[in-house]
Amino acid sequence: MASGAPQVDMPKQAPEERKSNFDEVALGYSEEQALAEASRCLGCKNPRCVKGCPVGVDIPGFIGLVKERRYVEAARRIKETNSLPAVCGRVCPQESQCQMSCVLGVKGQPVAIGRLERYAADYERSSGAQGPARTTRGGGRVAVVGSGPSGLTVAAELQKKGHQADVYESLHAAGGVLMYGIPEFRLPKDIVQAEIEYVKGLGVNLHLDSTVGRLLTVGELLRAGYDAVFIGSGAGLPHFLRVPGENLKGVYSANEFLIRTNLMKAYRFPEYRTPITVGRSVAVIGGGNVAMDSARCALRLGGEKVYIVYRRGKGELPARLEEAENAEEEGVEFMYQTNPVRFIGDDRGYVTRMECVRMELGEPDASGRRSPSPIKGSEFLLDVDTVIVAIGQSPNPIIQQTTDGLEATRWGTIVVDEETMATSISGVYAGGDVVSGAATVISAMGAGKAAAASIHNYIEKRGQSAT
Amino acid sequence: MYQVTEKRDVPPNIKMFKVRAPAVSRKAAPGQFVIVRTDERGERIPITIAGAEPEEDTVTVYFAEVGASTRDLGRLGEGDGILNFSGPLGNAIPVKGYGEVLCVAGGVFQGVNLYLAKALRGEGNRVTCVQVAKGMDHLFLVDEAREACDESYAVVDDDEGGGLKGLVARLLDEKKMSRVFTFGPVPMQRAVAELASARGVPSSVNLYPVMVDGTGMCGACRVTVGGATRFACIDGPEFDGASVDFDELTSRLRYYTPQEKIAMVLNERGVI
Repeated sequence: MASGAPQVDMPKQAPEERKSNFDEVALGYSEEQALAEASRCLGCKNPRCVKGCPVGVDIPGFIGLVKERRYVEAARRIKETNSLPAVCGRVCPQESQCQMSCVLGVKGQPVAIGRLERYAADYERSSGAQGPARTTRGGGRVAVVGSGPSGLTVAAELQKKGHQADVYESLHAAGGVLMYGIPEFRLPKDIVQAEIEYVKGLGVNLHLDSTVGRLLTVGELLRAGYDAVFIGSGAGLPHFLRVPGENLKGVYSANEFLIRTNLMKAYRFPEYRTPITVGRSVAVIGGGNVAMDSARCALRLGGEKVYIVYRRGKGELPARLEEAENAEEEGVEFMYQTNPVRFIGDDRGYVTRMECVRMELGEPDASGRRSPSPIKGSEFLLDVDTVIVAIGQSPNPIIQQTTDGLEATRWGTIVVDEETMATSISGVYAGGDVVSGAATVISAMGAGKAAAASIHNYIEKRGQSAT
Repeated sequence: MYQVTEKRDVPPNIKMFKVRAPAVSRKAAPGQFVIVRTDERGERIPITIAGAEPEEDTVTVYFAEVGASTRDLGRLGEGDGILNFSGPLGNAIPVKGYGEVLCVAGGVFQGVNLYLAKALRGEGNRVTCVQVAKGMDHLFLVDEAREACDESYAVVDDDEGGGLKGLVARLLDEKKMSRVFTFGPVPMQRAVAELASARGVPSSVNLYPVMVDGTGMCGACRVTVGGATRFACIDGPEFDGASVDFDELTSRLRYYTPQEKIAMVLNERGVI
């Protein structure tokens, strides 16, 4: 029987080929493959997978529709709870969410829910099927700060509940990290834009080039007549190592490297005007998904030797296993238990070498991972032309600095009630990385969904008390 | 799209634009900048705001055509649209009562200097304004500066240090300046800051390192100030002139010079 069969693999570009282009690596299921994979789903009456999904997608429901070849309806079913299925089908860590809860996973492999989600969403998009009609008005007006995963989710959900959502985005393109952070070969930008078009189709107004905190403050938005404000400004401030030589030319934050590559399309310089420099030997510092994305971009931009330099061991890598494997297949070399101590430059101020130290792993720390400490006398030099620092981000401080009465932690994250996502200011809500610190697309969307529900209640209550 | 409502050529390679951007014009203040992207392929170019006319919904900027991106922008004419015009970004310079102040700017920053000088005078400061350029015909807004400031000087100085240094030193020695503000090429700002520091006068330098987003996300614009790394876009662009590592700033400003040269040549030949 089908459920006993192994997961249907998804075709990929071969490593040799893909490491020199920016085309999507994972190619998606064919119809035949999708049907075979869908047939493995047991359609549980009490589905555990749904509980594993931060936005609660009706997984057996949409897979049931795939089984019946009703693909457009399957995509619509997902969109009832998740406005960005083609994005989530590609970048969600399903292995630690819905798929981890799949009953089939107990004895064998879980259903490849993400791949089926992607199939349904891609089918709907390429079929040109019309999206849902604009919802009717009558509700409140809500300003949404940031057009990343949390902001888009809040806006779409509020719109579905009959409110008007106006999204304010600082950059020249909507999508937040989906546009500036995640590379084209993992998440094509035209797919992101297509899903944003769907959200706009719900009636959401999108204002680009609008940095809240500068052009308009949160207080001004409230005074301008918005009933509520949602802050989803992300975790945009890059961390640096704070070691000597870090401001040499050739040392990038991962944010800068990825913004130049993805948002500004520096891989098409000089046709696209934003330059980027990638030397022969590239060291990426860090072990998360952002580090993997940076390393894989560096390969595609001509790096001959690309190293991931990570202070802990392979077992502690915070990146998705799949992403680390993709990077390894493409030729990225991993230097575990290694940490940079300083960067050394030439007389023109370009980085040429990096001094590293080996690390030993001790007792588990607060994060549950074994804590690294330097081994004395183990220092060594590595020749590098380009360094990409991918050790994390904290929230962008502009809004916190310009909003009186908004409570934040000493790490700069905004303090919220975990259930309602309400901040210390009445009518102001927040969610996503600006609250949690850097996390995943889907957890930001989950926060957006929760915030939309409480904003809806807030506006309804206000309306009642006003009459 | 943001329409160019007025365009003027200023020698040798400077363009003045008035751009229709109502929301920006209502919020802009001296010291802040906009990020401009000419078209779909364009770079995000930071340009310091040189004036805001909320009654006309416009913002005034001056920029020098120094690379392919600024040439692309300079080719736009009156009535044309700029794809993105985002701002105001960065912190405004605190405009308050300092007393006696000196505002020194070079090259394309003459307009920015006058914008600040007027605002400072509006707050009751006694403002001396020095505008410097490499040639007589590169000086602009000379009459406007004379009108707007208590004292104004226009200096031709082609090594960004000679005649200007002498004048600034003399002004600092003659008057009890409360603060010096400066905009322009790094060597000039550095010279002005050093002259002020030597006399115990606080100086504000205004730094424009390489930037991408202009909102604190990329860290390209990091500068070392007082031994700590700061981002010019969100911590500045105004910094204490006595604390800036100008050598590092100068080096980082040359980061993409090789790439810019290639792009410039291809742009001139019409290849890109």
